[in-house]
Amino acid sequence: MKIAILSGKGGTGKTLVSVNLAAVCDNSTYIDCDVEEPNGHIFFKPVINHESDIKILIPVCDNDKCNGCRKCVDFCNFNALAHIAGKLMVFEDICHSCGGCKLVCPEYAISEKEKTIGKIKIGVSEGTNVISGIMNTGEEAGVPIIDELLTREFNEDDNVFIDCPPGSSCAVMESIKDADYCILVTEPTILGLHDFKMVYELVTIFNKPYGVVLNKCTDEYNPTRQYCVEENINILMEIPYDNELGKLNSNGKVISRENERFKNMFGMLLEIVLQAVRK
Amino acid sequence: MIVTMPVDGKAMSACINKSFGRTPYFLVYNTETQNKEFIENAAAKSQGGAGIQASQFVVDQKTEAVIVPMLGKNAADVLKGSGLKLYVASGCSIQDNIQALIDGKLETLTQIHAGFHNHGR
Repeated sequence: MKIAILSGKGGTGKTLVSVNLAAVCDNSTYIDCDVEEPNGHIFFKPVINHESDIKILIPVCDNDKCNGCRKCVDFCNFNALAHIAGKLMVFEDICHSCGGCKLVCPEYAISEKEKTIGKIKIGVSEGTNVISGIMNTGEEAGVPIIDELLTREFNEDDNVFIDCPPGSSCAVMESIKDADYCILVTEPTILGLHDFKMVYELVTIFNKPYGVVLNKCTDEYNPTRQYCVEENINILMEIPYDNELGKLNSNGKVISRENERFKNMFGMLLEIVLQAVRK
Repeated sequence: MIVTMPVDGKAMSACINKSFGRTPYFLVYNTETQNKEFIENAAAKSQGGAGIQASQFVVDQKTEAVIVPMLGKNAADVLKGSGLKLYVASGCSIQDNIQALIDGKLETLTQIHAGFHNHGR
């Protein structure tokens, strides 16, 4: 079972929900797909047992073989190539590693080299498998790292919790694409609602079953709750704006491991989610 | 000398465009024959790498000089790689800039900005 946790806006509680669901679940794997700024490991403090580089392929041109036909330049949909003064220029940051330029070259002048863009770290924290992707500073696209994280072999009985990046871009789509269920975490702010609508649209387009966790709830006006009620969107749980929760969480603790009340809360959320997935 | 500049419209009364990669048109102007050609910029619609595609096009016009208000890093790499000269546009008028180029009054472009990458990515 793969459950993706996403939010649109950053800081609404994606990591709080995914870390604690994984922590209260037996046979669970937590995957941090927020590769630009992974933070799940701060809570889990896993014992790392595997670490490896993530590499992509970038074209290299043998300018002696190149006849200047520019089939590769014309083919590249991302404009990562230019043919100037008898030489092929490759813009590595723009290249999406599709390999098309190599295929269309009639002179076999293009080969590929590996470029390291980040790493993957795998560890264990009190029985929960913790997998994190980390993109190198200065790199622009995390999708190849997320792809690598999610194509690793899992135990089929494991429940996998995918902590998605914020936003609703390619990196988020890559993260939810194979998920069986999506949890949308949101907060009672105008900005939270605005970005919630974007991911709500996204999971609808992807035709994924979904439910909403309203985080940081108070007795005051909650625009996101109102929207969910009006649109008939399934609210899985409301997490209160709680002083103790905030303190534990900001000290890097897995709150469900520290406090029976939070353990029960996330145990209940897990049951609700698993029931919803089985439907 | 063939000089190219990004322009807002297809007339000499148009303004020099601020963006190089995503300008709607390029004016390719021959200072000897005064022959001029306004060409639509195909790169303007591209998802990303517009500066690179536009630069390739400009170089392919056998351009010897480019007049721009500003230029991103990738576009500058391509244009400089071809050996053509880069000048900073002075004001909006096409005619004034061409005259300033002929009179040797345009400054050489040295400041390159980081670019506005990742459109639509």
